[in-house]
Amino acid sequence: MVTIPIEIQILFAASLFLLGLIGLLVRRNIIFMLMSIEVMFNSAGLVFIIAGSRWGQTDGQVMFIFILAVAAAEVSVGLALILQMFHHYKTLDADELSKLRDSKNDS
Amino acid sequence: MTLLLALIPILPLFGFLVLSIFGGRLPWKVVATIGTGSVGLSALLTLIIGTVFLSLPSPDGVYAVNLWEWINTGGLTANISFRLDALSLVFIFVVTFVGFLIHVYSVEFMKGDEGFSRFFAYMNLFVFSMLVLVLADNLLLLYLGWEGVGLCSYLLIGFWYKEPANGYAARKAFIITRVGDTAMIIGLFLLFINLGTLNINELMQQASLKWAMGSPLALLTAALLLGGAVGKSAQLPLQTWLPDAMAGPSPVSALIHAATMVTAGVYLIARTHVLFALAPAVQTAVAVIGALTLLLAGFSALTQHDLKRILAYSTISQIGYMFLALGVGAWSAAIFHFMVHAFFKALLFLAGGAVILLLHEEHDIFKMGGLRKKMPVIFWTFLIGSASLAALPLITAGFYSKDQILWFAWSASNGSPWLWAAGFVGAFLTSLYTFRMVFITFFGETKTEPDHQPGKLIVIPIVILAVFSLLAGFIELPGSMGSFHLFSDVLNTLLPSVILSHENVSEIVFQVLASVISLSGIYLAYVLYLKKPALAGSFNKSRISNFFYSGWGFDRVYDIVFVKPVVWLADIDKNDFIDLFSKGIAMVTIFFNKALSLMQNGKVRWAVMALAIGIVFILTIMMNL
Repeated sequence: MVTIPIEIQILFAASLFLLGLIGLLVRRNIIFMLMSIEVMFNSAGLVFIIAGSRWGQTDGQVMFIFILAVAAAEVSVGLALILQMFHHYKTLDADELSKLRDSKNDS
Repeated sequence: MTLLLALIPILPLFGFLVLSIFGGRLPWKVVATIGTGSVGLSALLTLIIGTVFLSLPSPDGVYAVNLWEWINTGGLTANISFRLDALSLVFIFVVTFVGFLIHVYSVEFMKGDEGFSRFFAYMNLFVFSMLVLVLADNLLLLYLGWEGVGLCSYLLIGFWYKEPANGYAARKAFIITRVGDTAMIIGLFLLFINLGTLNINELMQQASLKWAMGSPLALLTAALLLGGAVGKSAQLPLQTWLPDAMAGPSPVSALIHAATMVTAGVYLIARTHVLFALAPAVQTAVAVIGALTLLLAGFSALTQHDLKRILAYSTISQIGYMFLALGVGAWSAAIFHFMVHAFFKALLFLAGGAVILLLHEEHDIFKMGGLRKKMPVIFWTFLIGSASLAALPLITAGFYSKDQILWFAWSASNGSPWLWAAGFVGAFLTSLYTFRMVFITFFGETKTEPDHQPGKLIVIPIVILAVFSLLAGFIELPGSMGSFHLFSDVLNTLLPSVILSHENVSEIVFQVLASVISLSGIYLAYVLYLKKPALAGSFNKSRISNFFYSGWGFDRVYDIVFVKPVVWLADIDKNDFIDLFSKGIAMVTIFFNKALSLMQNGKVRWAVMALAIGIVFILTIMMNL
């Protein structure tokens, strides 16, 4: 079995996280933003798996299960919010929802 | 008894507190009851205390009550304590009694005004401050009352504050009197530094012990106190505020700007007469100021169109007589004229106010005319007041008080024929302008119709004051007419009596002269304004008439000498470097505010960005550690 060097594994997880972050920042569609967050979650989970296999411990995998559970809960709440948002504003554009701001910048 | 004395000023203060806190929510009848009731009770207490004071005189001629210690620091002791003697008795009698009548009058006069309770609150505060002024036993408490009445004067001149001109008049009165007050407080500092006390009684004793006759310090402090008196009493050269002060409601003009507050200067000089006696030069200045003021104001009164402005100038002129009397050392004559003047001038202002009210705020006497038949009660009472002001011989109170002043101006040791001559010409002017006002307002043809008759609450106070304007003179009769000295006997327990120098001249000659001059003034007014109005008309268009009309151009001179330079200086100084500094701070703050508020754009991605940058920032710092 070919072992991939740990640096590569960490770099892979980091680039996955970065991709998620970039997706979160550049996308305006709120569903894509939610998906990007999921990518970031999973990259964090991946680091746990890598660490678990590096030291031969099961704790890493246990943590990943937890993260999955949290992510599932988060997604259900997030999707519900998105539904409400679409219901109220008839849009999925996150930039449209900018009421939480300094009123001086109204334009 | 001393407790009752303390109650006299406390009752109006209580009225003021109740009215200013709850006044807006009370029905107007309750407001009127509290407002007039508090002053009425004070007047009643004054009558009781006055009777006791006169029938059972205490050994030193003084009732004193010490309420509590106000200031005690670094050798300066000032107590809230009241002191009643003959001089303050006259003043509290006038303040509470005339004040009460004017309050009663105001109930009807101010009915329906939206500031009804505010009016009575201010009036009560005024009565309180004036009572503190005249009852204070030390100069600091006196100064508190002095500033208190100044404040009330300001508030009440600008009572109808929605009219910008009224606010301007109020500020003018406040600022000009402040000039005198500044001189006065410096005088108080000097007195305290040199004599170590502000208690009036001790102060007078110390002054006569430590200072020689005519010593520089005595001259300086007396001159500074005179400055305060001149400002408050609207004498030359600080007289310009009083004619404008007529912007306030008529009862205010009657109470503050005729009967009581403007005579505070007379009170101050009489109260510190020892100091003025030590400074003969200043005392002469008092007489000269009085003589000049009474002439100047008399000429101005001759040309005014506004009923209340005529009365205002005549007030200035009559206070000039009081100063003249003070200046020649006729202390009790000045106080006597103060009391009589309070009666007839309050009467004139109240009657004049009623005329103005019934003619729908018409102030111009040339638009009145023929009111004799339309409002007979007002006419007769106004005539009595005018006769008293013009010193109609024998029957009016004004004759007895003014005759006394004229006599002393000649015969007292510091008197002189010049002062007498000024007073004599002033007497002629007084009867001339007074009856000019009467003839134009009440005779001739009717130009404006009154729509209703004055009610009971207006008529009764005016009639009472008219009775006093006639009878008050009989408590002090000159030597040639029975020599009855009830008033000056009481006052001479406190104030020194006049030192005569011309014993040889008969007093009766002066009385005949004064009577003749008064009657001839009335006759001239009759000729000029009823028989041959054309003569007066040609005078009205002359330049000298305009000069008198503008109050001898004092306002214009002050505008050029004081107001313009200050405004000019303020204008060029607007953009100096001190402002740059404070403006710089404001600009930097505004810049950061704009920059930071740009970040609060409500966009969720922007927030995430900030979060990410923040995390990177923190991580970088942690790695370097």
